[in-house]
Amino acid sequence: MKPVAGTNAVGLTNNQSTLSWLMQLAVPVATLIAFGVHLLFAKNAPPLETHSYILLFWEILGVSIVLAIAQTFWAGLRQWMRHMWPIFTAAILLLGVWDAITLGFHLLPLPYFPGPAAVLRSLISDRALLLDSTWHSLVLLLSGYTLGVIVGLISGVCIGWSSSVRYWGMPLLKVVGPIPATAWIPFSMVVAPSAIVSAAGLIALAVWFPVTMLTASGVSNTRASYLDVARTLGAGRAYLIFRVAIPAAVPNIFIGLFMGLGASFLTLVVAETVGVKSGLGWYVSWAQGWAEYGKVFAALVIMAAFFSTIMTLLFKLRDRVLVWQKGMIKW
Amino acid sequence: MAASALRVQEVRKSFAVPDAPGTMRLVLDSISFSVAAAELVSLIGPSGCGKSTLLRLIAGLDFPDAGKLLVGEEKILGPKAERGLVFQDPNLFPWLTVRRNIEAGLVARGVLQEKRTEVDEFMRLVGLEAFANSYPHHLSGGMAQRVALARALINHPKVLLLDEPLGALDAFTRMRMQDEVLRLWENRRTTMLLVTHDIDEAIYMSDRILIITPAPGRIDRKIDIELMRPRDRTSESFLRLRSEILEHLDLAGKTTANASA
Repeated sequence: MKPVAGTNAVGLTNNQSTLSWLMQLAVPVATLIAFGVHLLFAKNAPPLETHSYILLFWEILGVSIVLAIAQTFWAGLRQWMRHMWPIFTAAILLLGVWDAITLGFHLLPLPYFPGPAAVLRSLISDRALLLDSTWHSLVLLLSGYTLGVIVGLISGVCIGWSSSVRYWGMPLLKVVGPIPATAWIPFSMVVAPSAIVSAAGLIALAVWFPVTMLTASGVSNTRASYLDVARTLGAGRAYLIFRVAIPAAVPNIFIGLFMGLGASFLTLVVAETVGVKSGLGWYVSWAQGWAEYGKVFAALVIMAAFFSTIMTLLFKLRDRVLVWQKGMIKW
Repeated sequence: MAASALRVQEVRKSFAVPDAPGTMRLVLDSISFSVAAAELVSLIGPSGCGKSTLLRLIAGLDFPDAGKLLVGEEKILGPKAERGLVFQDPNLFPWLTVRRNIEAGLVARGVLQEKRTEVDEFMRLVGLEAFANSYPHHLSGGMAQRVALARALINHPKVLLLDEPLGALDAFTRMRMQDEVLRLWENRRTTMLLVTHDIDEAIYMSDRILIITPAPGRIDRKIDIELMRPRDRTSESFLRLRSEILEHLDLAGKTTANASA
């Protein structure tokens, strides 16, 4: 519980009362540089494409200046900026580099690698379809993931707790589990009543394996002394399973949930590419069919935001559930 | 003498030797003793003499090959809330707060609703009200062991089994905790069976000491401690008992060493 003197990425201690000039100016200056790079090369591009991109620069510039002023009397914001600004600066400079590589020097072949302005334009112009695709992906992902987690937890606890279930279940798990869920696509398309159901089933299968495996190992490795203590306190079987073995397995279960989430993203995109006629995976292959690579990149940007948000939410849930581990292990 | 709270009669226990399949090692041989209600008895002996095995048999976590174990008139058939057990490692459930750990026995028996007020009583008894909502990993060794004691005592066990409960604590904490355990014992009049390898601790705390010699574990001697409490660890009679027991253990160690050589 001792206070840790925090330092950020560039080694400045966190207890300074003001932000250094260098830090305050980093984002606006980076914006101006990227802006300059863009103006230098945008001559080659159609003006319609660059309009919203230029607007974005003005917005970033404006917001960063307002924040630089606001932080002088808002310590919480200052703390946040100190942590985030180096990353933001790098991200904006990267936009400039991207512009230079694509639009400027044509180092990557067009139309496969559009510049940032074209991607932003696709994001804006096709926002309705992108939003709809994201929604469909979300529904499919959550239904498959939830199903896989529920079944995985049940089978994991059974395998972990009962030695006879383990005897029969473990070989099945070890043989069938490692097959990538996507390899079942030909089979699932025949069995399932619709492409959506088949995709949800595949995602559930992809999630089920790691969740079962990690839950089973967590439950079966419960410290024997915890179980002994509980038994001398008068615990019956239900208490031993639900109040000792499962809580003891929760750190392990979360590892399974994270592995399952990664597998579910992969399965979702593949299933949407080959069978389902909606969602972000479908959108990518559809846009590719029309050679609209700006849209392909736009969908990738959305996927990055979408998947990392879900991952972050799972991290938040973990932090909340495993609050008792705080300070015990390094997260 | 008052009615026996606990009786151990001619108990034998052997375990399979992991390195040599098919062979068994005799760990406890014809162990017999009884503990009166509200008595505090120590089992003392070198490591590997089967003290902890004996405690596990009484807790009902293991079963003897032969012999009988009785609480009152009832045979021990498995673990039960009437026989509390505290290990050297407090073994608190790390996912529960101090309060929830102490409640565990009530929850396990399904009586939390009617006995909720006792939780506060036991937290006060071990002086941990201020840490009710802390998680075990924030507690010091002595505090954690006090929680473990409260968690075992809340079930009002007829017998409290203590398996080197203070073994992992530093010398100062250890002496304070000895007084703490004695205070709980006097306060609750719980029958206690304490396993220790600390001779001073055994003399300081117990009504009676049973010395166990190893390979196989046998009760070699029973010594009544008739000193007045609170006991003075530096008094002449204390030190005389101490050297007597030490001599006895030393002698026993030598004979077994010769026998096995």
